Amino acid sequence: MTDPSFWHRLQFSFTIVYHYLFPQLTMGLGVFLVIFKWRALRGNADYDIATRFWSHLFGINFAFGVVTGFPMEFQFGTNWARFSNYAGGVIGQTLALEGMFAFFLESAFVYALVWGERKLGPRKHFAAAVAVCAGSWLSGYFIIATNAFMQHPIAAYQTGADGRLSLTDFWGLLLNPWALAEYAHNMTASVVTASFVVTAVGAFYALKGIHPEQARIFLRTGVGVGLAAAVVVAFPTGDHQAKLVARYQPASLAAMEGRFESGPRAALTFIGQPDVQERRIDNAIHAPMLLSILAYGTPNRSVQGLNDFDEKDWPTNIELLYYSFHVMAGLGTMFIALFALANFARYKGALERWRPLLWVLMLAFPFPYIATTAGWMTAELGRQPWLVYGLFRTADGFSDSVSSGNALFTLIGFCGLYFVLGLLYVFLILRDIDHGPTQARHGGAAVHG
Amino acid sequence: MAEVWFSILALTLVLYAALDGFDFGAGLVHLWVARTDDERRAVLAAIGPFWDGNEVWLLATGGVLFVAFPSVLAVAFPAFYLALFLVLWCLVLRGISIEVRNHLEDSLWAAFFDAVFAGSSSLLALLFGLALGNVVRGVPIDANRSFTLALFTDFLPTGQVGLIDFYTLSVGLLSSVFLAAYGATFLAARTGGSLRVRCLAAERNSAFVAAALFVIVTIETHFVRPSLLANLLQRVPGWLGIAVLVAGASLWLSGFRAGRDRRAFIGSSLVAIGILGAAAAGLYPTIIHSTLAPEFDLNAPASLVPPYGAAVGLVWWLIALVPALLYVAMGFRRNWERVGRDPATR
Repeated sequence: MTDPSFWHRLQFSFTIVYHYLFPQLTMGLGVFLVIFKWRALRGNADYDIATRFWSHLFGINFAFGVVTGFPMEFQFGTNWARFSNYAGGVIGQTLALEGMFAFFLESAFVYALVWGERKLGPRKHFAAAVAVCAGSWLSGYFIIATNAFMQHPIAAYQTGADGRLSLTDFWGLLLNPWALAEYAHNMTASVVTASFVVTAVGAFYALKGIHPEQARIFLRTGVGVGLAAAVVVAFPTGDHQAKLVARYQPASLAAMEGRFESGPRAALTFIGQPDVQERRIDNAIHAPMLLSILAYGTPNRSVQGLNDFDEKDWPTNIELLYYSFHVMAGLGTMFIALFALANFARYKGALERWRPLLWVLMLAFPFPYIATTAGWMTAELGRQPWLVYGLFRTADGFSDSVSSGNALFTLIGFCGLYFVLGLLYVFLILRDIDHGPTQARHGGAAVHG
Repeated sequence: MAEVWFSILALTLVLYAALDGFDFGAGLVHLWVARTDDERRAVLAAIGPFWDGNEVWLLATGGVLFVAFPSVLAVAFPAFYLALFLVLWCLVLRGISIEVRNHLEDSLWAAFFDAVFAGSSSLLALLFGLALGNVVRGVPIDANRSFTLALFTDFLPTGQVGLIDFYTLSVGLLSSVFLAAYGATFLAARTGGSLRVRCLAAERNSAFVAAALFVIVTIETHFVRPSLLANLLQRVPGWLGIAVLVAGASLWLSGFRAGRDRRAFIGSSLVAIGILGAAAAGLYPTIIHSTLAPEFDLNAPASLVPPYGAAVGLVWWLIALVPALLYVAMGFRRNWERVGRDPATR
C-alpha cells in the first residue's frame, strides 16, 4: 500500500474483473442465441420461446456490460496516463478499432434482437442475432489484441526519440500470434460460462418440474456445447497458451508453478502452498516430469525456476499468481469431467431426471466465472512487473499527477456503485428466470438499450 | 494530416453531442413533461432504440484521441480526474436506470429510477457544458506540458483557473438549457397527446432562454478567448458552421410554428452541429489551450502520432465510418414513428 501505484492497480483490477463478469456471458450467450434462433428457423417453435427468453436475459446482461465497460476505456487516460502516453501510438489503434467496428455493430442490432422479433420477421431476427454475436466477438478480439501486445510486444512498434512507442506494422499488431492463441482460449472459455448458465437454468426448471420442454432444450444444448467448449479451452488452446508462456515469459511460468529450482524432468504441482521467503512449496503433491512435458513436449527439457531470475524481474505477487493459475487449471479440468458425465447421462436418457446431477449442474454456474477471473489474473499477474512485457514497467505507467487520495476516493465510489449494480442485476435476472420462458411477451415498453 | 485528424476529432465530438444530446435532453425534461406512468414509459420508449448507440460516439471520440493524439489524452485525462469519474458514474447510473425502469411495474421503484434517470441526465448535460467551457477557455498547462485542475479556484477565467468559473458555468447552463430544448423537440416528434403538448411548451420556453444565453456566452467568449471568434470568421469551415446554425434555427422555428415536429427536430440538431462545428473551426490548431502562455498550448500538428500510425488509422477509420453512419441512418429510419403507433412498443 506504500507503493504509489497500489490504488491505481487495485481500481483497474477491480473494475475490469467486475466488468468482465458481463461480457463473457454476452459473448457466450450470443452463440447460444444463434443456435436457438437457427433451430427455430428450421421450424421448431419451442426454440422460438427459448430465443425470446434468452435474448431478454441477454439484453439485461448486455446493458450491464456496456455501462461497466465505459470506465475501462477512460481509466487508460485517467489512471494510466504515462502508459497511454508511452504506448498510445500502438494500443490506441486496437482500442479505437473496437469502438468503431464492434461497438457500433453491437449497439445497432441489440435493440432489434431483444425487441424487434415481431417487426423484423424470423429471417431478419436471425440476422440480428448473428450481427450482435459477431459484434461482441469482434469486440473481444480487439481487446485481446491490445492485451497480447502488452504480453508479447512483437515487431509492430518502434521506439521514437522521445522514448514513446509508435506503430510500424498494423497487421503485425492485429495478427500477433499471442493474440490468436489468447483469443481462442478466452472465447471458448466464454462459451463455457454461457453453457453453465444455460444448463443451470434448465436444471432449475427440471428440478422444479416446470417448463419441461424448455428445461430439456437448455440442458441438452448446454451440456453438449459445454463439453465441446470445455475440452477446447484445455486442449489445444490452453495447452498452446501455456507453451507460449513457457517460451516467452519463463519467469511467469516459474511463478505460476511456484518453482524456484531449475532443471529437467520438472514436476507439475497439483496442490501445495508457495512459501516465497523460504523459496519452496509446502505440502506439495507433484506429478513427476509433467511440467517439462506440458511446457516443451519432452521430459528432458529444463524448466527454469525463479532462482534463475533477478528478484526485480519476478512477478510482484507470486502467491496470488500461483493460486490463480491452479484454480483456473483445476476448475477447467473439473468442468470437462462434469460435462462429460452430463453427456453420458444424456446418452442414457437420464439427463432430465437424475436429480443429484441436476443439483450439481444448477449450483455449478458460479465456477466458470471464478475460472475465467482466475485465468485473467494468471495472465495479468504473470505479466508483472511489466506493463508492456520486457519494455515498460508497471511502476512507470500510472498517472503520477493523480494523488493516491483521489485514486482511493474513486475506488471507494466504484465499490459502492458496483455493489448496487450487482444487487439490481441479480434482482432482474432472477425475476426473469422466475417469470420463465413462456409464449407471452415480457411486459414493459421497448426501452431497452 | 494533423488537420484531417483534428477534423475527425471534431466530427466525432459534434456527432456525439448532436446524438446523445437529444437523449440527455429527454432526461432533463423527463419529470417535467411526462406525468403519468404511461407517459414516462413513452419517453423511455422514444429514446430506447437510440441512446445506447449514441453513447458509442463518446467512445469513438475517446478512440480518436487515443489513436491520433495519445499525448493529449495523457495530459488532459488525469487533470480532469474527478470530473471524468463523475461523468462515468452518471453514465453508469443513467444507463442502468433506463434498463431497470423498463423492467419494473412497481410504481414506487419506477418513480425512484425516473428520478435517477432525470438527475444523472441533468448532471451530465451540465458537466459536458463545463467541459466545453474548459476547452474554449483553456486550462493552466505549464512548461512541463502538464497541469492539474482544481474543481474551482477564484471563479475567474484567467491564470490559475479551476474547472468551474463564471465562464464555464455559463457554458454549462447554456448546454443544459439548450439540451432541454433539444430533448423536448425530439420527444415532441416521437410522442403524442398531452405529452407532446407539454414537450412543445418546454421546447418553446427553453429554446427562448437558450437563445438569450447563447448571446451572453458569445459575448463572454469574445473576452475569454478572443482568438476563437477571430479565427472562426477567417475560415471557411467557420462560416459553414454559421450557415448550418442559421439554417437550423430557421428550420426549427418554422417547424415549430407549422407543427411539423420532425422538421423542428432536424433544425434543432443542425443548430447543435453548427455551433459546435464553428467552435471547432475557430479552435484549430489548438486542441487544449493554455491559460498561462500560448507556447504551452497542445496543438494538433505537434501532438499527432508518427505518420505510419496516423495514415493506417485514417484508412480503417474512414472504412469504419461508413457502417457507423449507416447504423445511425437505419436507427432513425426504423424508429421515426411516434411511439404510441409503433406496434413493436405496445
